[in-house]
Amino acid sequence: MFYLTLRKETPLIFRVSVPIASILLTIIFGIFIFSVLGYDPGKALYYFFISPLSRIDRIADLFVKACPLMIVGTGLVLCFRANIWNIGAEGQLIMGAVFAGGLALSFPDTLNIWLLPAMAVLSFLGGGLWAFLPAVLKVRLRTNEILVSLMLTYVASLFLDWLVRGPWRSPTSFGFPLTNYYPDVGLISKIDFPGIGTIGQLHWGVFIALLVCLLFWFMMQKTVFGFQVKLVGDSDKAFRYSGFNESKTTMMLFIISGGLAGLAGMIEVSANMGQLQPNISFGYGFTAIIVAFLARLNPAAVILAGLLIALIEMGGDSAQIALAIPKVVTGVFKGILLFFLLAGETLTKYQINFKYSKRGVPYD
Amino acid sequence: MIDALILTILMTSVPLVLAATGELVVERSGVLNLGLEGMMLMGAVSAFSFTYATGSLFIGLLAGIISGAVTAAIFGFFVLGLATNQVATGLALTIFGTGLSGLIGADFVGNAITGLPTLFPKHFGDIPFIGAFLSLDIVAYSSVIIVFLVWVFLFKTKTGLILRASGISHDSAHSLGYSVLKVRWCAVLFGGMMAGLSGAYLPLMLTPHWSEGMTSGRGWIALALVVFASWMPSRIIYGAILFGTITIMQLAGQARGWTIPPQLLSSLPYLATILVLVLISIRGSAKHAAPSNLTIPFISSK
Repeated sequence: MFYLTLRKETPLIFRVSVPIASILLTIIFGIFIFSVLGYDPGKALYYFFISPLSRIDRIADLFVKACPLMIVGTGLVLCFRANIWNIGAEGQLIMGAVFAGGLALSFPDTLNIWLLPAMAVLSFLGGGLWAFLPAVLKVRLRTNEILVSLMLTYVASLFLDWLVRGPWRSPTSFGFPLTNYYPDVGLISKIDFPGIGTIGQLHWGVFIALLVCLLFWFMMQKTVFGFQVKLVGDSDKAFRYSGFNESKTTMMLFIISGGLAGLAGMIEVSANMGQLQPNISFGYGFTAIIVAFLARLNPAAVILAGLLIALIEMGGDSAQIALAIPKVVTGVFKGILLFFLLAGETLTKYQINFKYSKRGVPYD
Repeated sequence: MIDALILTILMTSVPLVLAATGELVVERSGVLNLGLEGMMLMGAVSAFSFTYATGSLFIGLLAGIISGAVTAAIFGFFVLGLATNQVATGLALTIFGTGLSGLIGADFVGNAITGLPTLFPKHFGDIPFIGAFLSLDIVAYSSVIIVFLVWVFLFKTKTGLILRASGISHDSAHSLGYSVLKVRWCAVLFGGMMAGLSGAYLPLMLTPHWSEGMTSGRGWIALALVVFASWMPSRIIYGAILFGTITIMQLAGQARGWTIPPQLLSSLPYLATILVLVLISIRGSAKHAAPSNLTIPFISSK
């Protein structure tokens, strides 16, 4: 076997090469899986990775698919940087959509253009509230935030399910679990490029997503806020001497990440669905965890990481349509990619030694 | 009628007991494996396909256990061998296992098998009051014995003490000369075998067919159950029966048009788990608290 020793310094080449190597290894593994299953690997890879990029409207749809991943991923990057394990983003996303939906459904006939901004604020509050619970329990009672945030995810998704099947169900939905449509001012419109028109499903929410990533990237790089996040993650002792309040920082980051997840939920519904339904998220909250790791916890890189994961998702659809490869194969890809990324993380942090002394005590 | 209801509740509890008992041992050793759902699905699909191909339920069960252990070994390689983040690795395992099991099982959808027979003769089930308890299969009875054995192992043997020590303070266990990694490896593999067995129970007993994602969140409920049981083996049985009762009540309630929303009942296990976590934290009792080194990787050369 082998032993790990902490590196004093991480060679720069490792930091850059880990995500790239992970992607290449995942593709090699993909070729292997496709061959085993009896599909032509060349064709399969084409439909997975090239076909979704072959037309401008498909590229636009890639951004649409990546939109929630980018917003949620940015929030998770902040948390994970600070060593806070919020894995309940899925539930926070749902609660954000529920809060925004509640407002939109209360004013079915409104023409007030402030509805959309108000929904955005409410969605941030909804997601933030759902993150506040694990945060306050962690800070006050040292309760494990991983377990609480995870449990709350299921409560949130059941709550939404109850709303759309019960009190919020539209009287005109023929018994389907759907709410009424939001008023027009509560919808996010497609981007209308002058002279070109709309491209695919590209909507203004994507613009917001890019803005969120860049804004937090700037804050992480250039402001005291970023310094504070890194400090609380790196070392507890230095943090205590720095004069920042650890509890407050933890609460703040938890709420920001929950709020961002909530915002993503609101955008997802207002831009793509226009009404609430039992499934508004397709595991975006969990997939965003992969995005955060793929981005090596850098908000700007979240843009690229979000696009790549979206590519895998869309590739899964196109491969299913063209070659009848079951869609679940995307899960295999996502899981393996995350495995490789995590292993790469270890290689950057530790040195692997194969030597050990006679007593079996690790060689140092 | 009541007997049939009790029997359904008991059978719903069995996979929860199995998976949670395995995870309890894993967590007691200081490792959090969020990949339960993935391991269970791999166990389920292997058990189904092997039973379908060979016609032998025994081979099916064995295949389920082995594939659970193999899936857990992937987790162990990353988390123990490479000291990766346990939360992220566990989630990767769930995503991976859900996908791979769906891929393997795609050809088996729509086929049926005959499930496990009851251990005692059929007419035992007609005995009043205890009939339901005598109508179970061998895996169900074994699950109770396994829980007992795990309790004996954890609290009455020296190896169990070492395992618990690794979970509370791996540095102390290491400096006393115990191999923390070896202990955790054994725990992780045991957890995988139990999850595999739990998964195997679903297509072999509860619903005699395979469908994609057929665990439908049972892995997460089992995870909640470990916390709900505050890491004590015996409480897993009560907890599983309680959670099983809630699940069945929800189905029965829907059929009879109760006014309680079924979603509220479904969310009770999760809410109860949060409540238990909070109570444990408030009391601050170390005996019922989470192992203090849970999720912290052990690097022996630090």
